[in-house]
Amino acid sequence: MRNIILITSKEIKTYFASPMAYIVGGMFLGLTWLFFNTSIVPGESNPITESNVRGYLEPTTLLFIIFSPLITMRLFSEEEKLGTLELLLTSPVKDWEIVMGKYLASTVILISTLLCTFFYVILISIYSTPDFGPLLSAYLGIILYGIATLGVGVFASSLSSNQIVSAVVGIVILLLLSFLDSLGAMIDGIPSTIFNEIALNYHYGDFTKGVIDIRNIVYYLSTASVFLFFTIVILQMRRWR
Amino acid sequence: MIELKNITKYYGDFPAVTNISFKIEKGEIVGLLGPNGAGKSTIMKMITGFMPPTNGELSVGGYDIVTQSIEARRKIGYLPETVPLYTDMTVYSYIEYMGLLRGLNKKNIKSKVDNVIEICKLEDYRNSLISKLSKGFRQRVGISQAIIHDPEVLILDEPTIGIDPNQVVETRQLIKNLSGEHTLLLSSHILPEVSSICERVLIIHEGEIAASDTIKNLSSLMSGKNKIEADIIGSPQSIVTELEKINDIKSVEFSINKSSSEFSTFTIETEVNSDIRSEISKIIINNGWGLIRLQSIGMSLEDIFLQITTSE
Repeated sequence: MRNIILITSKEIKTYFASPMAYIVGGMFLGLTWLFFNTSIVPGESNPITESNVRGYLEPTTLLFIIFSPLITMRLFSEEEKLGTLELLLTSPVKDWEIVMGKYLASTVILISTLLCTFFYVILISIYSTPDFGPLLSAYLGIILYGIATLGVGVFASSLSSNQIVSAVVGIVILLLLSFLDSLGAMIDGIPSTIFNEIALNYHYGDFTKGVIDIRNIVYYLSTASVFLFFTIVILQMRRWR
Repeated sequence: MIELKNITKYYGDFPAVTNISFKIEKGEIVGLLGPNGAGKSTIMKMITGFMPPTNGELSVGGYDIVTQSIEARRKIGYLPETVPLYTDMTVYSYIEYMGLLRGLNKKNIKSKVDNVIEICKLEDYRNSLISKLSKGFRQRVGISQAIIHDPEVLILDEPTIGIDPNQVVETRQLIKNLSGEHTLLLSSHILPEVSSICERVLIIHEGEIAASDTIKNLSSLMSGKNKIEADIIGSPQSIVTELEKINDIKSVEFSINKSSSEFSTFTIETEVNSDIRSEISKIIINNGWGLIRLQSIGMSLEDIFLQITTSE
């Protein structure tokens, strides 16, 4: 646990020391602000309702397709480029601790950025009386969604020493995972169900309705776990190569 | 401290290291010497647990590097060939992080880092970003991270490569100073480096150990059995023709001595493992020439290295 915390805190420090953090974070907040604004329907007597949370959080899930790989792209790519991966892998630290440490750092970064959007919730609370149930469940959903996409991002980062390549690979995998449900809608039968169940978006809808379904939570957590497991495998293949 | 038994490493189908066995005792200072691509780095990467051998057993401090990897790795300080540094960290925070990763306690990390910074003479650069440092200083930061946790085994892969001559001298001095406390394995393709730091040399050639001995033994093993110098009075041409009749002689060259025209100096190259000095003297006496000096010449490590790695 000590090693994980050590790696996590180092990664967080490095991340916030780079301009990348503020460019990505600013971009993210700017776009969510835009989503928030367009979700407000002007001219209504009670212009802001809790449905507005859904209004800006739903498109935000799509932002993660780009945002998450941008956070995670340097985690392993940079280590490999600098050669520090060799130090890390020869330190008395287990491979899964390295992966977990880096992954946790990225979740801390993502959640802290997401917390900034609570500003919109404050705005909503000032101008109306939102139902906090669906609001909080929508936030829980989006955090889980983010956690899953970060798992994919960490995996993509372990594949290449080039950060751009890692980011692109991450984005491609996430695009596929996100739009599988559209593919599922075009066909029917068991393949359709499978596509839906694998799709990242398919599991998000319930959260915005205030429904916290354990199956959806399990889905996001296991998606993250599967990709983190793949990352550990990649690291070990590096050794056995 | 370090023991390799029949270690083989394949990269795909290519054998980088074949059937190597050696043992390094506690406190020994050993140099791995060989041309580029001989397999030195591969051997080091296996010892440090970065990659497992394809075949064979490897242990560090009694711990198997594959099955008890973490315990074994705890004993090792390692400087890879390309100095691995987080360039966006300061010297202090980098060394601190590496120390904590190697299991040092948060409580006494500061005094440890300060101590290492002093040993490696990095005081003035304590809070500098690593990206701003010159190559020689980066090398020192690299060495600092290898010794921060007082490892029993110190493994340095080409520690002086790519830095300017002044810094090379300083870095060598630094390594020499370290050698007292650690078991040290150092790789290099620079001979004087190995001969000035190490007690024992392993010469690696095409993934195999070509020779393993102390530098003293290696030189004496080789010297005199390879080159003989002789001062002889007589007609140089006929002396050369007569000497060339001896079986083990590879070549004979002569130079007329300038200070005294009485004798000429002959350099005789022979097979590695034969001493033919008595035969030479017999021939000279039988022909009625005058033998003034007959001497085997010692070989520098460089000669030995070239001989071992270019023969066959």
